[in-house]
Amino acid sequence: MIQAIVFLPLLAALIAGLGQRIIGTTASKILTTGALFTSCALSWPIFLSFVMGTGEAEVVTVLHWVSSGALQFNWELRVDTLTAVMLVVITTVSALVHLYSWGYMEEDPDQPRFFAYLSLFTFAMLMLVTANNLVQMFFGWEGVGLASYLLIGFWYKKPSANAAAIKAFVVNRVGDLGFMLGIFGTFLVFGTVSIPEILAAAPGMAGSTITFMGMRLDTMTILCLLLFIGAMGKSAQLGLHTWLPDAMEGPTPVSALIHAATMVTAGVFMVCRLSPMFETSEVALGVVTFVGAATCLFAATVGTTQWDIKRVIAYSTCSQLGYMFFAAGVGAYGAAMFHLFTHAFFKALLFLGAGSVIHAMHHEQDMRYYGGLRKHIPITFWAMMMGTLAITGVGIAGVAGFAGFHSKDGILEAAFAAGGGGVIAFWVGIFAALLTSFYSWRLVFLTFYGKPRWEQSEHIQHAVHDDHGHGHDDHAHAAQGDHHHDAHHSASGDGTAGYHPHESPVSMIIPLVLLSIGAVFAGYAFKYQFIYPEQGLAFWNGSMLAYDAELMHHSHQVDTWVKWTPFTVMAIGLFLAWNSYIRNTTLPARFVAQFKLLHQFLYNKWYFDELYNVLFVKPAFWIGRFFWKKGDEGTIDRFGPDGAAALVAGGTRLAVRLQSGYVYGYAFVMLLGLVGLASWAMVNFL
Amino acid sequence: MSGFPILSLMLAVPLVGAIACLFVGDKMSRFVALGATLATFVLGCILWANFDIGGAQWQFTERADLFGRFQWALGIDGMALMLIMLSVFLMPLCILASWDAIKSRVGLYMAMFLIMEVVMIGVFMAQDLLLFYIFFEAGLIPMYFIIGIWGGANRKYAAFKFFLYTLLGSVLMLIAMIVMIAEAGTTDIPTLLNYDFPAGMQTWLWLAFFASLAVKMPMWPVHTWLPDAHVQAPTAGSMILAGVLLKLGAYGFLRFMMPMFPDASAQLMWLVFGLSMVAVVYTSLVALVQSDMKKLIAYSSVAHMAIVTAGLFAFNQQGIEGALIIMLSHGVVSAALFFCVGVIYDRLHTREIDRYGGLAVNMPAYALFFMLFTMASIGLPGTSGFVGEFLSLLGIYEASSVVAFVCTTGIILGAAYMLYLYRRVVFGELTKDDVKAMPDLNAREWTIMVPLAAVALWMGVYPESFLAPMRGDVTTVVARLAPAKPAGDAHLAAGKPKPAAAQGETAHGSAHAGGAK
Repeated sequence: MIQAIVFLPLLAALIAGLGQRIIGTTASKILTTGALFTSCALSWPIFLSFVMGTGEAEVVTVLHWVSSGALQFNWELRVDTLTAVMLVVITTVSALVHLYSWGYMEEDPDQPRFFAYLSLFTFAMLMLVTANNLVQMFFGWEGVGLASYLLIGFWYKKPSANAAAIKAFVVNRVGDLGFMLGIFGTFLVFGTVSIPEILAAAPGMAGSTITFMGMRLDTMTILCLLLFIGAMGKSAQLGLHTWLPDAMEGPTPVSALIHAATMVTAGVFMVCRLSPMFETSEVALGVVTFVGAATCLFAATVGTTQWDIKRVIAYSTCSQLGYMFFAAGVGAYGAAMFHLFTHAFFKALLFLGAGSVIHAMHHEQDMRYYGGLRKHIPITFWAMMMGTLAITGVGIAGVAGFAGFHSKDGILEAAFAAGGGGVIAFWVGIFAALLTSFYSWRLVFLTFYGKPRWEQSEHIQHAVHDDHGHGHDDHAHAAQGDHHHDAHHSASGDGTAGYHPHESPVSMIIPLVLLSIGAVFAGYAFKYQFIYPEQGLAFWNGSMLAYDAELMHHSHQVDTWVKWTPFTVMAIGLFLAWNSYIRNTTLPARFVAQFKLLHQFLYNKWYFDELYNVLFVKPAFWIGRFFWKKGDEGTIDRFGPDGAAALVAGGTRLAVRLQSGYVYGYAFVMLLGLVGLASWAMVNFL
Repeated sequence: MSGFPILSLMLAVPLVGAIACLFVGDKMSRFVALGATLATFVLGCILWANFDIGGAQWQFTERADLFGRFQWALGIDGMALMLIMLSVFLMPLCILASWDAIKSRVGLYMAMFLIMEVVMIGVFMAQDLLLFYIFFEAGLIPMYFIIGIWGGANRKYAAFKFFLYTLLGSVLMLIAMIVMIAEAGTTDIPTLLNYDFPAGMQTWLWLAFFASLAVKMPMWPVHTWLPDAHVQAPTAGSMILAGVLLKLGAYGFLRFMMPMFPDASAQLMWLVFGLSMVAVVYTSLVALVQSDMKKLIAYSSVAHMAIVTAGLFAFNQQGIEGALIIMLSHGVVSAALFFCVGVIYDRLHTREIDRYGGLAVNMPAYALFFMLFTMASIGLPGTSGFVGEFLSLLGIYEASSVVAFVCTTGIILGAAYMLYLYRRVVFGELTKDDVKAMPDLNAREWTIMVPLAAVALWMGVYPESFLAPMRGDVTTVVARLAPAKPAGDAHLAAGKPKPAAAQGETAHGSAHAGGAK
């Protein structure tokens, strides 16, 4: 069964990718989508069996992989509660994204390749979450990285997409450097890469010390931190986050699947999977908490200033991942996984909703040129509304709420209950929740409310002028990248430029509806299993050994004001957004004028890209050129072979022969003669 | 198979083919060469099938006295077997790669390739020190001619550089060999492997060997012949140069220097580590700024070979097995990458990266293969590159975390320069007219790509096929080195373990409020 879940997408990807010319576009799409729906249908019973408490953890060995000395590992598929949660998340979102892409990618000439990549990604992600050893996890880790690279750069004619793809791969490789060193160190310390064996032995290594790069360090701290660097790369945490916003260059279904629901949560999954290791090091957990909280805050601040609808959601993702990490950092692994689970639904929903808006708006992504879309694309509007209610955490404490309400409040309460640094994380989380509410509602208000501001959009003007209306859905000119919003052409004077957005086709609507259901109910339906002390312990059932029932118990006992604070800040954020973007629309501009420096700082994403460019990218090229010209050519060659040649050439008539090219032949005859002479000498004299 | 001189036959077939090529005319010589290399490949497969894994260390041995101490002594162990397989596998593909590209003096060219095959597999088979030396040095002669006659515009400079570098080291190695024979009183390699040379002598012998092998590797700073040689060589020449000739150096390290001079190896370990670390970072950065495709891949080869040398000198099972897998993997993948360059060079006759762009549009099959080999070169798990890199870096980590860290940065830089290359050649808008006119892979090119791709994936998914024959030999080398091997730098020291209760489901240890303290 698990083999089918994992390998069906691979099979479909291979057939669709390699055989597209033979089987054709439609067959490729049916094949990949069908494979994913089959995987999904097989995954839910596994998950539900764990929810019911009847599921049994198992490990299926597929093939021997490597054995070298004491190092042994296989291709294995592990199924337990933690995996089962990821299985339903991955297969469900992936299946819906496949379906959605039928509509979204309809006019793309390269569809089989797209669907093959999507399925390939799903396979790699499934290999990651079913890994029973660190190396297979790394296989999945890099496999999803490859798929992400290919999909970000799917429109390979677009220079910005290519640049974003390379950036994503290379920045992730920085994280992978940490991950790899972490695996090496783990093997050195534990003598195995098998996850269950490592987790069993981890507590025994607490307090031991090891030398790493000449420093004497606590063994478990350094191992956890190295592995966590890997998690930071994949989950776009502060410092290694720069690739994620750029990754929005990929088609929107890709953003929903890879850069919101699944791949970017791999780091959280890893920390939860290895939680008994992290539990042995307070320093490591402290770092996880700090990085998570810092990312949560950073991304939320940047998200408030962006104009590109996908970038806002990308920063929102980054910020939500921060929540998951600080939950893990304070020991609330159940809450981290719960937020991962609900986030997958509502964030995929928001991205697919944004895709539907972009589809309707003829590939315009700038929210400044949206407005008033509520009536034109009502289903998309309601779907986005559900997603926004979920992400901002609307709900009544103690009663019920949208998905994000249960999971985010679970995290905040656990952080508060953990005390110490957790309280700081709690307040950071509260502030980020305020910003989350602000930027999420800002997105909704700018897009769906107010008057249409479409006439200044170049994309819309193209659509109107080309006289093909909405039907002319050409990616190539979206690919041009340059926006020249200087034209002030208005056909009708109502800001619509005579353009009529249409609701998306049914293949795009179905995923929106289904994900809306998840965004509304996924929190309430599964909260007991994920974060309640008793039920949680039974549910996780040893798949997450560090599941801390006591902390969960405390988290449900926190003061009432703690439980109500998230809701209050959500309301404040909603009010601020409403005040700035509906009631008094000149306010944002005045605010920006007043706090120009702050706005510039946030709008330019804290200048991380510029900083890295100066620190790493430019020096790498400069040093490379220096080594090449001054090192290889200027020093080694100059004093080596060229110098020797000059010496010879300058001194003797041999120069002539050198140029005629025969000298090598002579030299070789000489050399062979030397061998012969030496042999003869040995035969006779030794 | 016992008693049947299959190794001599494997040497004889291409030799006869080479002589035939000189006489049958240009057109026929292609078929003769292909037939001879395929026949040798089939013999290689028979050899592999009959190799007894876990059996005697030296198998298929042949011995005939020629004169004095000079013996025709052949025999292989698992490492040699795998490298012979690599050579005989690549050879027919090289012949196919030259099918249309070589137009002048085809017979001579094919003869040169077949002679090169003889001496290459001869190197791995030789069990006599002098026989080894002859094969080892003779392998370069056909390469000189291939570069010098069928090479690019600046071929003479390249051949000359190649020659100067090699000459110096070779003479030193020959002198060292003579000293060894005088000291041990034998030219028999299996005997020499267990001979304990005096420690003081070992250092000098080691350095003399090092002078020759470091050039062949090539290690920084004696690597500058390689980019020029690759750039000037015809496609198949580059394929075989990167595929097999670059492995001779590492083979020499593993066959001679490490087991014969274990004390010196341990003593001079940091020389190798130091040069390897410099090479990984230095050549990767240089690769980043190249505008010539072949130069870029040549520099990347130097970086990969540096991980091989570091892995070998980790002196443990994973490091050495990993190094061997990198050698095999790089043999396949770099040959494939050079062939990828050759495919488009044949169409446009330039290696300038900027002259291309947008090939994904008109050459999708080519783009797919090139992507696969790029990923294998980067070391993506599931491809051959990963298994080798992972094992050797893991072994290096055991020896020194600093060296492992520096060498692992190669995975970042490797991704950067390969993806940057790929982007400039394959992605982007297809604007140039002559590039637009380039057709996708033809049947002959498919025939070359598919086996290379299959092996790169096979080695990544199920490397056991390749590791199993070599395991015993690596164990032998590791055991030989064990007395001299220095301890790793980790110095793991146990602390006070937590109470056993900390593992349970109910207890959560004191760390649940990790951020608290």
